[in-house]
This record gives sequence, C-alpha cells and structure tokens, in this order.
Amino acid sequence: MKNSNSIINLQNISFHYGDDYVLDDITFSIPKGAFVGLVGPNGSGKSTLIKIIFGLLKPQKGYVNIFGQKINKFHDWSKIGYVSQKANSFNSGFPASVFEVVSMGLTSKLGLFKFMKASHREAVLDALQLVGMKEYSSSNIGDLSGGQQQRVFIARALVSNPDILILDEPTVGVDANSTSDFYQLLGKLNKDNGITLLLVTHDIGTITDKVTHVACLNKSLHFHGETEEFEQFNDRELSGFYGHHVHVLNHDHGHGGV
Amino acid sequence: MIQALWKFEFLQNAFMAGVLIGVIAPLLGVFIVVRRQALIADALSHITLAGIAASLLIGKYSTFWQGINPVYMGMAFSAAGSLFIEQLRKVYKHFEELAIPITLSGGIGLGVVFLSLADGFNSDLFNYLFGSVIAISRTDLMAVAVITVVVLLVVTLLYKELFFLSFDEEHAVVSGIRGKSIQFIFILLVAFVIAVSMQIVGVLLVSALMTLPVAASIRIAKGFKQTIGFSILFGEMAVLGGLVLAYYLDIAPGGTIVLLSALILVAVLLFKRLKQRKS
Repeated sequence: MKNSNSIINLQNISFHYGDDYVLDDITFSIPKGAFVGLVGPNGSGKSTLIKIIFGLLKPQKGYVNIFGQKINKFHDWSKIGYVSQKANSFNSGFPASVFEVVSMGLTSKLGLFKFMKASHREAVLDALQLVGMKEYSSSNIGDLSGGQQQRVFIARALVSNPDILILDEPTVGVDANSTSDFYQLLGKLNKDNGITLLLVTHDIGTITDKVTHVACLNKSLHFHGETEEFEQFNDRELSGFYGHHVHVLNHDHGHGGV
Repeated sequence: MIQALWKFEFLQNAFMAGVLIGVIAPLLGVFIVVRRQALIADALSHITLAGIAASLLIGKYSTFWQGINPVYMGMAFSAAGSLFIEQLRKVYKHFEELAIPITLSGGIGLGVVFLSLADGFNSDLFNYLFGSVIAISRTDLMAVAVITVVVLLVVTLLYKELFFLSFDEEHAVVSGIRGKSIQFIFILLVAFVIAVSMQIVGVLLVSALMTLPVAASIRIAKGFKQTIGFSILFGEMAVLGGLVLAYYLDIAPGGTIVLLSALILVAVLLFKRLKQRKS
C-alpha cells in the first residue's frame, strides 16, 4: 500500500527479542487526511510499533518512511504530534500551569537556546481555544479532570502545527462522558482542520464508527483497510484475533453488529 | 550588625555567598523535587565530604596541595558521584532509589576513612558537617559567584528542555529532545551547587536548602515559574534571616537557616489550610 500520499509508511517491519516475535512482517501506511484506528489487545505489539515509528526502537527487518524520508534522515519531529496515555505519563502534583504545559509542545520546534516570542504565546492560546480549554490557561494542570487534562495534552500536540497526531490509548483513565466529547474533538480536528490521526487503542468496540481506516494488530497485521470493509470482516476471525467475543458497534450503519 | 558588616570581611563573604546560594540551591531544587529525586542532594553532599577529606589527606603529605581549597576536590568528587548515581540507576532499573543509599553510604565511608588517615577529626570536620560562616574566604566566595553565573546561564538557556524533561521524560525524548546530555549537564550543576553550598549549611543540612523552600512553594504556587519564584524567595528569607539570627543569638548559622526554612514551610501549610477553610 505504498503511495506518495501517505504520511507514514512501514514496510515489512519485524521486531523480536531472541526468538520471541513482537512484530512480524508489518506493512502498513497512513494516508494523508485519514483517521486510522490501530487496534489490538494488550501485548499485541502496539507500543512497540509506536516506538519504531518514533525511531526509539530499531526493527531487525523492514524500514520506516516518514513524509517520504527514511526515518534516520527525518528530523522535523514537530510535524508529528504525540499524545500518550494520560494515566502514567505525568505526576499529577506537578506544579505547571495549562499554558506552560501546552508551551512544551513548541520545545523541539523552537530548538535549543531559543525563547518564546509573542507569536508563540498566541499559538499556545489558539491551540487551547481549539480544544476548548482557553479559559483554564492559568490553572494548574493537576487541578483539572482527566478529560480536561487530555484536552490540554491534545493542545500541546497541536501547538507546533503538526500534520499528524499519534494518540496512544488516550482515553485510559478518562470517564465515559469526557471520552465521547473527546472523540467528537478528534473528528472535528480530522474533518475541519485536515489533521491526519493515528489512534492506538485496545478498545475496538468504540472506534469503528469514528475512524476512516482500521488496522488490527496482534504481532502480525490481521486487517488493514477502510472501515467499511472492516465491517464485513468475518466475526470469527475477529474473535479469534482477540481471543474472545468482541462486539463491534455500527452506530451509523443499518446492518447489525457482530 | 550593619556596622559589623562593614567592618568584617568574613561577614561580608558570608552574606554575599548566602545571597547567591539562596538563589541557586532552591532553583535547582525545584527541578530535583518535581522529578522526585529529593534525596539525591543528600547522596551528593556525602560524596562531597569524601572529596574534602581526600583533599585534606593529600594536603598532609604535600605542602603545595595545602594551598588548594578542599572544596574543589569536593566538587570533583560530587561530579563523579553524580555520574555514578546515573550509572547505578541504569543497572538497577527497577530499584532506582537504591542508587541513593549506595552513593550516600559509600561517600560517608570513604570520607571517614580518609579523615582518619589525615588525622582530620577536629574542628575542621565540624565545619564541614554543619557549615561555618567564618570559614568562608574570598576565594570561596569567588567559587560561589562563578557557579552562580554558570547555573543561571545554563538554566536560562536550557529552561524549556529541563522543564519538559522534568514533566514527562519519555514524551520529551519522543519530541526530539536530547534527554541524556541535558540530564548530564543538570546533574553536574547540582553537584557543583552542593559543593559550594555546604560551606554555609554543611554536609548534613545542604539538602534542606534545596528541598524545604520548594516543598513550601509547591503548595501555593500557580505554574512552574511561580514555583521557582517562591522557592527562591523562601530560600533567601531562610538564608538571610538565619544569618542575622545566628549573629545576634550566637547560634550555629547552618542549623538556624534550616530551622527557618522548616518554619516557613509550616507557616505556608497553615496559611493554605486557613485559606481552604475560608473558601
């Protein structure tokens, strides 16, 4: 599925510790403008795949292209926004204001020994406005709810004006109401702002009606294609893939769930 | 006291060194505390003592060496100790906190052995353990001044990287920040600040100056910059207040400074509780 329009291209990626394969021959691409859901149970190699995309791990086989460049030649990381799992990524007692947290997103774009200017401050406020958190800019991050914190982290990822956002289990530790608002925000960013999204999650049930493409990962890639095709994907195959029965919700479509 | 300050050089040295240390110790302390590494200052201060003891030991056999300020050797040991801690953290990935007691006890053990060889169990040792304002010379003050300039420069230039790394190291590295080199520079700064600060407050009390003002500040500050601001304010209040009190009451300045920091902390906690009850 290699095409010039894809933002991230993984070609025949394999990663193993000794004989223990974590990822086996993964070929996978993210087209520009897509909203890709990368789903798989815990331990399916999702985090490893993310680390490979960011160049933190080197695959034993295969290669990664980002914006058409080999990963070791790629340096403009501000083009890729990253939102990690909220729960264990930061100390909630940390004394930082929402504004300061979002400013972190400009660190690599600014580069060493550079300071924030008025235009950067404006960019921070714009990003907060986009996620609906502008009025909280001087609050401490620890005083916000889980859902609000996650919005702030989205703003941090957006402030450098990235082409793609990679979200790693962003809704873990966020309550159901906020989760639904959160998906609405992601849909808006994708449709209205044209930001490509890669959403990594173990929760296959809730995302199928929101994403445009689905990729099912469990060491190897079991399905990769557009969401509509995925809905035809065999029930038994999916259960076998997860190891138990899985319910896929199709809110917008008439035909029944699995 | 103002008159005495004009008259005695050692008092001037003490006050100027105190003002500088009151800025840099809490400043670095903020980054240490938010990373939950508050005990690292204790480990490094004990290693510094070993360095000072080593310097005294060499001085016993070499008259040339006697002219060299033992604090320099303390700094070298402290810097080496900081690298040792980083190394130990990698070895004990799942027991990172082990690095602290290993370095701390290793440092004190080495220090005691060196001191006994150097016949150093005398009043000098007391000065290093609990600090001595009278012992601060002009060259000591120069060392503090140079370290202050370096710390302020590095923290200003690397502020956004240090902030990001302290908040979420993994994410910072994913964003393309060179975490390892910056952490290396930071821990060296901590080692130097501890070596120069311990002349005033002493080995056993230096970590208090890096953590107590921050502990108070974190309860009331909004945002990270304000946390730094309050920490330095509380640090200065403790150092200057402590030196003045020690002068008038004729008590140990190191201990007075630390007790004053503790009092400020208690006052802040009470203030916070009263404010919460009102609202």
